Amino acid sequence: MPTIVNDRPDIATSPVYAPTPERRTTRGKLRIYFGASAGVGKTCAMLTAARKLQADGHELIVGVVETHGRGETAAMLAGMEILAPREVLSRGKPDSGFEFDLDGALARRPALFLMDELAHSNALGSRHPKRWQDVVELLEAGIDVFTTLDVQHLDSLNDVVGGITGIRVTETVPDRIFDEANEVVMVDIPVDELLVRFHSGKIYHEPQADGVSGSFFRKGNLIALRELALRRTAERIGDDVRAYRIEKSIDTIWKTGTGLLACIGPRLDCDHVVRSTARLAGQLGAGWHVIYVETPALQQLSAPRREQIHRALKMAEELGATTEVLAANDVAHACVNYARDQNLSRIILGRGHRSWPWRTPHIKRMANFAPDIDLLELGVPANARVPAHPDPGGDSGYGSTRKRSGRSYLWAAFASVATALAAAPLLAFLDLANIAMLFLLVVVFVAVRFGRGPSVLATCVSVLCFDFFFVPPRFTFAISDIQYLVTFTVMLAVGLITGHLTAGLRFQAYVASRREERARALYEFARELSGALQSEQVYESTQTVIQKAFRAKSLMLLPDKEGRLLVTEQGVPANDRARHEKRLDLDLGIAQWSFDNAKNAGLGTDTLPASRIFYLPLQAPMCTRGVLAIEPEHHHWILIPEQRQQLDTFAALAAIALERVHYIDVAQNALVDMESERLRNSLLAALSHDLRTPLTSLIGVSETLAMSRPSLSGQQLELAQILHQESLRMEALVSNLLDMARIQSGEVKFNLQWQTVEEMVGSALRVSQGALKQHRTSTDVAPNLPLLHYDAVLLERVLCNLLENAAKYCPPGSEIVVAAEQRGEQMRVTVYDNGPGLPAGREEILFDKFTRGERESAKPGVGLGLAICRAIIEGHAGSISACASPIGGAGFVFVLPIGCPPNMLDAELLDFDLHYE
Amino acid sequence: MNEFPRSVLLIEDEPQIRRFVRTVLEDEGWLVFEASTLQRGLIESAGRAPDLVLLDLGLPDGDGVEFIVDLRKWSSVPIVVLSARVREEEKIRALDAGADDYLTKPFGVGELLARVRATIRRYGQSASTDVKIVKFGDVTVSLQDRRVTKAGEKVHLTPTEYKLLSVIVANAGRVMTNQQLLREVWGPRHVERRHYLHVYMGHLRNKLEDVPTQPRYFITQTAVGYRLLLPD
Repeated sequence: MPTIVNDRPDIATSPVYAPTPERRTTRGKLRIYFGASAGVGKTCAMLTAARKLQADGHELIVGVVETHGRGETAAMLAGMEILAPREVLSRGKPDSGFEFDLDGALARRPALFLMDELAHSNALGSRHPKRWQDVVELLEAGIDVFTTLDVQHLDSLNDVVGGITGIRVTETVPDRIFDEANEVVMVDIPVDELLVRFHSGKIYHEPQADGVSGSFFRKGNLIALRELALRRTAERIGDDVRAYRIEKSIDTIWKTGTGLLACIGPRLDCDHVVRSTARLAGQLGAGWHVIYVETPALQQLSAPRREQIHRALKMAEELGATTEVLAANDVAHACVNYARDQNLSRIILGRGHRSWPWRTPHIKRMANFAPDIDLLELGVPANARVPAHPDPGGDSGYGSTRKRSGRSYLWAAFASVATALAAAPLLAFLDLANIAMLFLLVVVFVAVRFGRGPSVLATCVSVLCFDFFFVPPRFTFAISDIQYLVTFTVMLAVGLITGHLTAGLRFQAYVASRREERARALYEFARELSGALQSEQVYESTQTVIQKAFRAKSLMLLPDKEGRLLVTEQGVPANDRARHEKRLDLDLGIAQWSFDNAKNAGLGTDTLPASRIFYLPLQAPMCTRGVLAIEPEHHHWILIPEQRQQLDTFAALAAIALERVHYIDVAQNALVDMESERLRNSLLAALSHDLRTPLTSLIGVSETLAMSRPSLSGQQLELAQILHQESLRMEALVSNLLDMARIQSGEVKFNLQWQTVEEMVGSALRVSQGALKQHRTSTDVAPNLPLLHYDAVLLERVLCNLLENAAKYCPPGSEIVVAAEQRGEQMRVTVYDNGPGLPAGREEILFDKFTRGERESAKPGVGLGLAICRAIIEGHAGSISACASPIGGAGFVFVLPIGCPPNMLDAELLDFDLHYE
Repeated sequence: MNEFPRSVLLIEDEPQIRRFVRTVLEDEGWLVFEASTLQRGLIESAGRAPDLVLLDLGLPDGDGVEFIVDLRKWSSVPIVVLSARVREEEKIRALDAGADDYLTKPFGVGELLARVRATIRRYGQSASTDVKIVKFGDVTVSLQDRRVTKAGEKVHLTPTEYKLLSVIVANAGRVMTNQQLLREVWGPRHVERRHYLHVYMGHLRNKLEDVPTQPRYFITQTAVGYRLLLPD
């Protein structure tokens, strides 16, 4: 889980501080009206500010405003649009509440939303359990939000306020929301005035004021709360100043290594340790980590206690910590090593409870290992009491270990007694010392087989049996020789130490095997995925692996082309499918949300935690590839950090495999496209060759015939010339058709070069000189035109087509002019004549394929010429159209963008004349 | 002309084309040898030692450009390429490999004869003596004393303009590709700056052509290069 919270600028672990100016501009802005308690006038202040903004013409909508029946507040709402609340349906039944309509709000997208009471908890069945999460989503959508907050609802101050007032509120807001808010407005009134307002019923209209809040609204409480609120605001302002200084590079000194490490244990005050560390980290502006070191002894903890630890870890994560569960034998060693690895300079622990006198407290041991690390011992909170809920004996998997351990104690006792009975007849042959050895051997066996507890029991029972059965006087616990006390003590000590060591080894072996199991599962999954060529295979192996490794049902949801998620049905046998779907009670809405936002949702997350299913987006490097829906057998399972870590790894692997499969598809399609393009090109090339070759012969032969010596007779010569003319016309036609086919097939790649306009005009006139023989041509090219970026062959073709068109439609002797000039950022090239002109109103149609100026024309050509011109000019990002001719005939103009020509400076600078006369 | 008829080797796989080209050239007094494959063409060019080779690039048994490379290893016989392909890269490859000129199919008889004559004349000249003076229209270029006149008046050229003019005059009649010109005038590091060439060619035309937008001597071979066309 990413834990980028507490984005203070000088966190040791993250040199780049998170609320960058860019992010601030894209995200909406949050302003919090902050007060010491209810009734100080936060809502009023917010509404006053909003009214002012509205008067200035800003668009705003009231999301939620609680009037608490106060008339003045209600009056201030007049004239503001209030978003209609949504009726919350919880599990099919209409729940008591109407709640803020998040989807409606996102659909409306005003510039600003007013959201009273940030700490409010939403009714069951809402998308987020808390209102602050709704606000975060609004902010992420780029909507600004004004909200209100009391100091007692701040997460890190929650226990402090609870200690002062005696009332713990359950609705809290993480400190990072407060710290990341763009503006905090402190709303404050003197305590006496607040009390007057309270007693005159202005704060709570209803008689409830006398109950709970009566004890809350005492002067002492209010003064303390006011101080807390002012301090917290001051702290934040201090942070703002520091952030400003760093943003402006005023302060270049970075505090490094001020990170905090809180170490929590199985004791009840772990929540307290987490909160205190969070506060301290906030004050120091430092990053912080929370770890839980699981020792063999702690493995035996009951499920509720374990869950409590995981809850504390989760809370730490929410408060902005990096959390980790470490498995080790020695808490102190593990903590110090972790602190060293992560470069954390302070370790924080709760105050140790009464421990055995011979055991050194962790904090002392740490001090010995790491004299350079600061150690901080937190006091026990005053209101920490013994938990009300007794150990219910554990549920699920832990129950069986418990039963098994009960049986193993029996076995241990039995083994000792059996040894005593078996050794009794041997007393005649063996020394007492050797019989003691037998007992020790049994203790070692028990330790290896059953662990520490049974081995301790076996040791004690063995000592007792040894005393009772063998040490004279026999069959009493009395001893004749004081020496035997030494024997007993040594036996006891050896038994205990052996038991302890073997149990430690057992635990290490267990941890190692668990790690190996995890690594193997990962390896096997990776290997299986690396062979997958289709998303169905990825889907199948993911499902199998999750079933095997986590004993959880899973379903992979993949998006279609529009990004809507679909249930993958492949891999599920048809008869199995119905059962499967019934079991996995999917909510596609949550899945879609998780996919769109690339965030976890459902069970154990902030988004719709009431769901029984955990939704994990499959995030690949390029984009989210789908969502994995998982229904674990035991819902606490999803809270175990190491399981989650492994699940995240699996999801990442599956996502990468899906992405790889996706790109295999893309590559294959590209290959097919390339192949078909190649085919098309070679077809056109073959066609071109096969058409032109006979034409070459035809033209050459007919011309040779016409020129043959001795000259042909008049009529023969005429026929030969006609043959030659017609074959030339045929050639032009074939050229046009092939060009059009090439342009349309997309084969033509424009070979753009920076060239002069004169070049194009000159070569076009030269190529068309045959067609223009009977006309007078002239050019009107402005001097010093800039270079133009164009494909010489294709533009020459355009100009030739225009020139040959003019020649075709103008009577012999007409004038044809090619002109070019620069107009602003464009180059205009015009071809005009003084011929008959274009038919009125048909100028645009001329550019369509197979259209000519006159219908039943004797003039040759199918009208492809202009269509080709248009295709080429549009390919140059220009435009071509008919235009008026200044000398009274037809005119065509094409306009090309000039762009930015390369400079000639370096070529011309060196080119000065050395031998000037 | 000569007492001995000049000979030409025509390498072309289309019999109809061979037929009319042969007729046209024989009317002009050429001795024509024919080959329909590259293989045969190599043998003929070695055995007959022709004065000119007309080569079709699209032959069934190989790439015509490789034939040019092979031939150039031991012979400097002028080569005119006939190509049905409109792709300019093919022409550039052939010219860079050592061809002297090209004709795009379909071509006119008049054009064929004009190219053949121009190529032969150029070779005759360069074989006899180093030409020091070249004239076209009313322009005279004297390579010896670096003097250029138009209608009797001295034309002032910058060093780069003169260099470009001297290269193109030295190869008069032959198609020079853009790359060849850039390499000769600006050096091998500037072969990609084609716009230099276009701009300077524009300068030469402005100074030496009568109507710069309708050049008669400095002819553009679109997308391939330039040629100085000398009047017959």
